[in-house]
Amino acid sequence: MQLMIAIVAGSAVLAAAAPAGIAAARVEFNRDIRPILSENCFACHGPDGNARQADLRLDRREDALSRGVIQPRDAAGSRLVQRVRQANPALVMPPVATDKRLTDRQKDLIAAWVEQGAEYQEHWAYIKPVRADAPAGSAGIDHLVNRELAERGLDPVALADRRTLARRLALDLTGLPPDPAVAEAFARSDAPDAYGALVESLLRSPRHGERMAVHWLDLVRYADTTGYHGDLPVNVYPFRDYIVRAFNENKPFDVMTREQLAGDLLDSPTPWQLVASGYNRLSRMTNEGGAQAEEYLAKYASDRVRNISVVWLGSTLGCAECHDHKFDPFLARDFYSMAAFFADIEERGVFSGQGSWGSSLRLLPPVQRERADEIERRLAELRMLGEDKLPAGAEAVESLAGELREGLTRWRALDPARAWGDCEHPDFDQCGRFELVEQPGAVIRLTLTGDSKPREAIQRVEVPLEEGTLTALALELFPTGDFDSFYVSEFEARLLGRHAWPLKLSFPGLLPDREVPGSMLRDVLDGNYHTGWGSKWGEDSARRAVFALERPLTVRAGEKLEISLIANPRSAAGLPARFRLLATDSPLPELPPTGELRAALLAGGDRSEAQSAALREAFGRITGGNSHWREIRRLERRLKRLRDGAHESLVAKAVDRPREVRVLPRGNWMDRSGEMVAPQVPGFLGPLADSGGRLTRLDLAEWVTSPDNPLTARVFVNRLWRVLFGTGLSKVLDDLGSQGEPPPNQELLDWLAVEFVESGWDVRHMIRTMVMSDAYKRSSEPSEELLAADPSNRLHGRQAMLRLDAEFLRDSALAVSGLLNLAMGGPSVKPYQPPGYYKDLNFPKRVYAADMDGNQFRRGLYTHWQRQYVHPSLMAFDAPAREECATQRASSNTPLQSLALLNDPSYVEAARVFASRILREGGRRADARIRFAVRESFARPARPAEVAVLRRLLEGQRRQFESEPGAARTLLATGITPNPGGIPETELAAWTSVARALFNKHEFLMRY
Amino acid sequence: MGLGSVALASLLEPRLLATQPGVPGFPDAAAKVKRVIFLCMAGGPAHLELFDHKPDLAKRDGQPMPASFTEGQQIAQLQGKELRILGPQHPFKRYGSSGQHMTSLLPGIGSIADDICIVRSLQTEQINHDTAHTFMNTGFRLPGRPSMGSWLLYGIGSESEDLPGFVVLTSEGGSQSQPIAARQWHSGFLPSIYQGVKFHSTGDPVNYVRNPGGVSRAMQGELIDAVGKLNGLQQRWTSDPEIATRVAQYELAFRMQMSVPELVDFSDEPQHIMEMYGTQGGDGTFNANCLLARRMAERGVRFIHLYHRGWDHHNEIRAGLPKSCSYVDQGTAALVRDLKQRGMFDDTLIVWGGEFGRTPMSQGQDPSLLGRDHHIKGFSMWLAGGGIKGGHSHGATDELGYNAVEDVVQVHDLHATILHLFGIDHRKLTYRSQGRDFRLTDVHGKVVHKILA
Repeated sequence: MQLMIAIVAGSAVLAAAAPAGIAAARVEFNRDIRPILSENCFACHGPDGNARQADLRLDRREDALSRGVIQPRDAAGSRLVQRVRQANPALVMPPVATDKRLTDRQKDLIAAWVEQGAEYQEHWAYIKPVRADAPAGSAGIDHLVNRELAERGLDPVALADRRTLARRLALDLTGLPPDPAVAEAFARSDAPDAYGALVESLLRSPRHGERMAVHWLDLVRYADTTGYHGDLPVNVYPFRDYIVRAFNENKPFDVMTREQLAGDLLDSPTPWQLVASGYNRLSRMTNEGGAQAEEYLAKYASDRVRNISVVWLGSTLGCAECHDHKFDPFLARDFYSMAAFFADIEERGVFSGQGSWGSSLRLLPPVQRERADEIERRLAELRMLGEDKLPAGAEAVESLAGELREGLTRWRALDPARAWGDCEHPDFDQCGRFELVEQPGAVIRLTLTGDSKPREAIQRVEVPLEEGTLTALALELFPTGDFDSFYVSEFEARLLGRHAWPLKLSFPGLLPDREVPGSMLRDVLDGNYHTGWGSKWGEDSARRAVFALERPLTVRAGEKLEISLIANPRSAAGLPARFRLLATDSPLPELPPTGELRAALLAGGDRSEAQSAALREAFGRITGGNSHWREIRRLERRLKRLRDGAHESLVAKAVDRPREVRVLPRGNWMDRSGEMVAPQVPGFLGPLADSGGRLTRLDLAEWVTSPDNPLTARVFVNRLWRVLFGTGLSKVLDDLGSQGEPPPNQELLDWLAVEFVESGWDVRHMIRTMVMSDAYKRSSEPSEELLAADPSNRLHGRQAMLRLDAEFLRDSALAVSGLLNLAMGGPSVKPYQPPGYYKDLNFPKRVYAADMDGNQFRRGLYTHWQRQYVHPSLMAFDAPAREECATQRASSNTPLQSLALLNDPSYVEAARVFASRILREGGRRADARIRFAVRESFARPARPAEVAVLRRLLEGQRRQFESEPGAARTLLATGITPNPGGIPETELAAWTSVARALFNKHEFLMRY
Repeated sequence: MGLGSVALASLLEPRLLATQPGVPGFPDAAAKVKRVIFLCMAGGPAHLELFDHKPDLAKRDGQPMPASFTEGQQIAQLQGKELRILGPQHPFKRYGSSGQHMTSLLPGIGSIADDICIVRSLQTEQINHDTAHTFMNTGFRLPGRPSMGSWLLYGIGSESEDLPGFVVLTSEGGSQSQPIAARQWHSGFLPSIYQGVKFHSTGDPVNYVRNPGGVSRAMQGELIDAVGKLNGLQQRWTSDPEIATRVAQYELAFRMQMSVPELVDFSDEPQHIMEMYGTQGGDGTFNANCLLARRMAERGVRFIHLYHRGWDHHNEIRAGLPKSCSYVDQGTAALVRDLKQRGMFDDTLIVWGGEFGRTPMSQGQDPSLLGRDHHIKGFSMWLAGGGIKGGHSHGATDELGYNAVEDVVQVHDLHATILHLFGIDHRKLTYRSQGRDFRLTDVHGKVVHKILA
């Protein structure tokens, strides 16, 4: 049905464009003839020399005329016209076997064109755009849009109402629904500049860069894994943060381009410019045994050519890998010359190991870098000032001993309220079942149940805390007869009862009693279940590690700690089956001393020789003989924390001798017979002059963003238009070439492209110019007249109805519920995910550990992007795998979407938390609460009929929850956010249903 | 529970009930089959032990592989290694009245030898698992093209009103389990409704198919009903055509929440059927998946894709291959027999095979642990069911089992043949993307008429 409408629509617009008598009207090559020839003739009579038949090409006038196929002004005498009109199936063109047929109208067009002189035009997109005569600013857009409408005798619809505009703007510019209060104030304001002020405030919001980044990251195929084979993690998330920053700082697009393509080649590049050059490292990579390095180098090269040509040039140069392009004048040679620009990038065809993916940079974000520098300066000072000022005299030693003794006595064992072996995690298929055995001294002994010895464990302990101060935790592990070694993959401590979600504690000060390379204590804090700290038991009676906090934590009444020990050893190492947790408020939370030192401290003045020696040794080790040792140690700890927070990011690094690049006949990497090529841009758009030396990626970037490049600006504004208006001005976003769509309103596209270049590639200026236009502000409801004449809205007489992108839909639910965590940047985060979703990944097997803290509620943009298994809730809403450039996400409407919105715990938890908000903030009466909930969800007042539906739902659900004991409690246990006290469970559950209904209402998914 | 408004929406627009509509005009010829069950032996089964008997290999066991075969050819893990011939590590025998010649390790499949057509002359382009699967499924080495199940749904639509038309199941066992990416059942540039849906053997069978904890079916129904009413109200003041579709999708989702658990619940299967497949229940084994496949076939699922991850025998062909065979033999045979006894064999196509084969050359040093490397120039698969010539063998490799030399079948030809059996001309089923009309067979593909009955 929709398909039918679309087809009728296309011809409706065309019919209006072309007057009744074709012969009488001016036929234009680009608009009328090229699409016919490209679709039907160029495959055999076009640019591809190898596929060319009868040595005839029709894509160039001189060729067509020289063969006499076209006789200008003599249609009847032109063989082109004769052959397409041929009745004999053996002679007709295109040949019957191709299944291609020209319509009578197309034949008439060709004849008329020949009759009028068969004038060719260069393909529109390869001619530098010129600015049409139109007023400056947004009025220019309206002038050009309205003129097209007026030519067809059509009227645009009225502007949308202000609440719709507030929601549209917020979703388009920030990817989040509007603050209902802001939307309401805007709706009531009659200030003439209220709209502009709203636009500016949204553009200034840091959320704006996050919104724009989603689009860009799709294009450059940013992801967190390698893509091929084992689909292993890579660290390149600082690149994502660079993109967010770039949009937030409104970095000019030419600068952004230069930094991404060639940040590493700039003079003294800044760390962020190097991070930007990570663009070159976003292609898929393999480490598969048996992969052939040359083959994969060829794959990586072609990956890059495809990406740059689609992202910046809107061209399918990638098609020329195996043959000259069939429709556009790209030659296979152009493909390999483009690939040669990237032949300087240091890389391997087949990477080795699982964590090493070539050139990278450890990067401290600027603020942290400044802090680290400052600390280093201060440390140097202190070290000099206090050097040798603290001899190990008796007094000083005794003073430290006193402190250590006090520190020792301030360690107290944490008595668990609960301890349990948690085998719920689906990826732990050989997980230990444990039972808690109470032991004196708060030692936790988990005895095994079941026959076979487990190989994995997740052990959790919940400990009530007393009011006071916490500076460090300690873990003591004791041997058991069950295992001859121990292994801890992750140590996680979460504070419950302070925030809406558990607060994950971080520990910059790590003090193990022993550790060896490859099994360091820091490995238990890296979020990676495949690394950890452990060893054989040997003679040890216990092993210990201290986890010191950055600064003392003030514990409030009622707060609890949940501590998890996760063990996922690679080999058959043992599990932590007997342990104790300790806490201290000591300002000097050193490792609780053992052995001689412990004895020395407890012995007081009456020490043995060995004890005194141990004390002196500890003094030297702790103070280093420096009178400022306390301050030094404090600063060192801070510095370590800063450095541990450095981001590793893949970057491009140019090698001295770029790889040799040859034209590969038919794309066959084993065929080395092709000619060698140097970096060069496609011939018909170039060539680019070299100043004697080899052209570089920097030269390429300059060419791409040169004001003379006919493609780049058009490609960018065309996609920006799609983001804000739903359809590109040329609707094929990845191909402005011969097989793309000649834009129905080319003057508008060109006007925008020129404006973009002349503004200094000012992205925000273009967004502002677009959203300030009346065309943007129009209602998305079509008039009957427009629906009939322009059903697919190519003339933009109205706005579009758009479904939210996957990330923004999730963000919306979190935002409305109040759960959204607006922290920016950093490592990717892991929302809840169905069990076993990664089951078919391997090398290594993957454990998905959802974030059980505030990271659970981060914006969707920050979600861990596993190329082979994109998060299923995002994928259901058309999030791309980012294996290849995605210029436009589909906007599907499927039952899997319904299932995700109904049942994904992220949405259920958001509904539950939204329900408690409704009850807290929505007034006392049910109807008032429903009206509040509707306003929060859609930024508009509720309609009485909606209130009635939701009221009936509320009552029905309440009845059902009341009649099924335990059901409400089970529902309310979804997720990690605690429920507020004082609300009957059935009441909160029933309101949760109301909230779920709102999140599932079609309107919630839409921007109108 | 009343789904009043939902039902109303469906009445108004009956087409919305067809969840995965096909293209008008397809099938364009008489269809032989209605569904395909693709049993993918992921990892690359050793054709020289299973289906392609080469006495010459045995005679020349341990001798250097002649360079005339291997020179200039792609090679995977044996790069830079000495190449030596490895004779067949397991005996062959003849099965059935047709006397099909195949391994003694698959007696179950041997017992249906008269029903299957062995193709011994397959070739593919990609030599690593990931890209080879992508090529086998989409006809192209790069991501972004639709897999064959998606093409089929796009072409002729789904027959099921409450299950997805393209379903994927995985199992493992027998050798190292190579990963399988979700890309393998992606709809690529086709609309997402044609995407394959992965069923899980543990946890929820389909992502998010289970109600939130504590929510009964009646509660969920009441909620969906309310959502439908709210959407109905919205239709009074907006003309958004997607609202009606959305309402229909909620109706379908709600049906799936019933039909999926019912599908995977084997309690209505009699004991002798469970025994025939060799499964106790939905335990995620290949045998259980075969039974599940039959249940899906009965319910109108169009493309049922089973992956058994366990055929990557770089070593231990001798001890390992029997293990892999034991994981799949009984289930495969039971599936064919069961379809026959239900009269469904003649309108089902069954395909059995991997993403490539394995080299005539040995891999590894320890003589008792020898294996074979990935191989793309000649390997075997078999097909059975509607329109397929049973008890027949097609094509041949050279005397060392290296190159397919007789009646060579490319992956594109396999695709063309599969579409042909559904009454679809592979050259005509196209979709426009990136300014070009794409098809499953790219610009290649010939229907392999000689294997058709």
